[in-house]
Amino acid sequence: MAEIVGAYFTSHVPAIGGAIHRGDQQTPYWKPFFDGFVRVHEWLAEVKPDVAVVFNNDHGLNFFLDCLPTFAVGAAAEYHNADEGWGLPLYKPFAGHPDLSWHVIETLVADEFDPATCQKMLVDHALSIPFELAWPEVDAWPVKIVPIAINTVQHPLPSAKRALAFGRSVHRALASWPGAERVVVIGTGGLSHQLDGARAGFMNPEYDRFCLDHLANDPDALTHHSIHEIVRLSGTQGVEVLNWIAARGALGPTAREVHRNYHIPISNTAAATLLLDPV
Amino acid sequence: MADPERDPPIPGTTLFDGDAAVKGYALNAMCYSFNDTANRQAFVDDEAAYCAKFALTPAQRQAVADRDVLGMIAAGGNIYYLAKLAGIFGLNVQDVGALQTGRTVAEFKQFLLDQGKELAHG
Repeated sequence: MAEIVGAYFTSHVPAIGGAIHRGDQQTPYWKPFFDGFVRVHEWLAEVKPDVAVVFNNDHGLNFFLDCLPTFAVGAAAEYHNADEGWGLPLYKPFAGHPDLSWHVIETLVADEFDPATCQKMLVDHALSIPFELAWPEVDAWPVKIVPIAINTVQHPLPSAKRALAFGRSVHRALASWPGAERVVVIGTGGLSHQLDGARAGFMNPEYDRFCLDHLANDPDALTHHSIHEIVRLSGTQGVEVLNWIAARGALGPTAREVHRNYHIPISNTAAATLLLDPV
Repeated sequence: MADPERDPPIPGTTLFDGDAAVKGYALNAMCYSFNDTANRQAFVDDEAAYCAKFALTPAQRQAVADRDVLGMIAAGGNIYYLAKLAGIFGLNVQDVGALQTGRTVAEFKQFLLDQGKELAHG
């Protein structure tokens, strides 16, 4: 039986990739954020995952508004990054796990979720940056991935309640997978930030703390806010917390917080990193 | 469409909903094309012709010409796609934030830093 070894959550601000590229991790601006990853590296060495199920959101690399799925599950043998519009160095490719992807898809549909299925899927900084942070300076990623994209671009977005239930269905898939894989669940993005409009630059440590304080022991508390309320509390891009909520569902019924780091600002974002163990 | 009774407007915030997605399709399609470096160059070489190719509305064309980010959003632009256009102009998200909030870039960066001052780490 596959074992779910834990969950890792982190922000995925594009500027983090620039800081890594320049080697700025220990400069005064970046150090408070990157220092939060020492424990992540130790934890990953302890729990030794070989598969990662990654909840993230596309930023206009793979999906455009011509066809925008609410939930999309990758089922490819490999996943590549591509130019996101800024001509930056490309991130390393990922090996997929198509058999597990299809098992996740079959379980989701049996549970009456209706995801898009993607045998080709470009992955952007939302997926790559958490890996660069988790496994710095490796030549190839030590895990295969099952990427799951949640629409955080175009409203209506799925509710937080729906995202948590979707994640719980993914948990049932992982718990019923007969392989011997060690699976880490990853949620990327957030926390509070708003890039657009006259309220650009908005962050909300109070709401972020509420999310961080409840994610392990009472994730349903995060589902009591509507998407509109989450935008009000967390900013237009703060809704990426949906990835965290779905990942928490995929971890399993009970969890224990191992580590957290929270820092304002990274670029325009309240940056957070969290590790949860299954209990 | 949002129900204003249930979901009162959020100041300074435009939800990118179906109405915006319909209104903004041409502008966002142009911005999406900028994932290709050749298209970025084509825009730089002849901005008017490139905008015409994507059939931008007059309001979208004016907002792009004026580098007016709030105008682009009002014309249906989505920030994830607009960020690719901003990159062509050499603007990062702090520059874009400053443009939208009427601050200088230094003021906007300070505004971000100030929000972290009260935090204890950990």
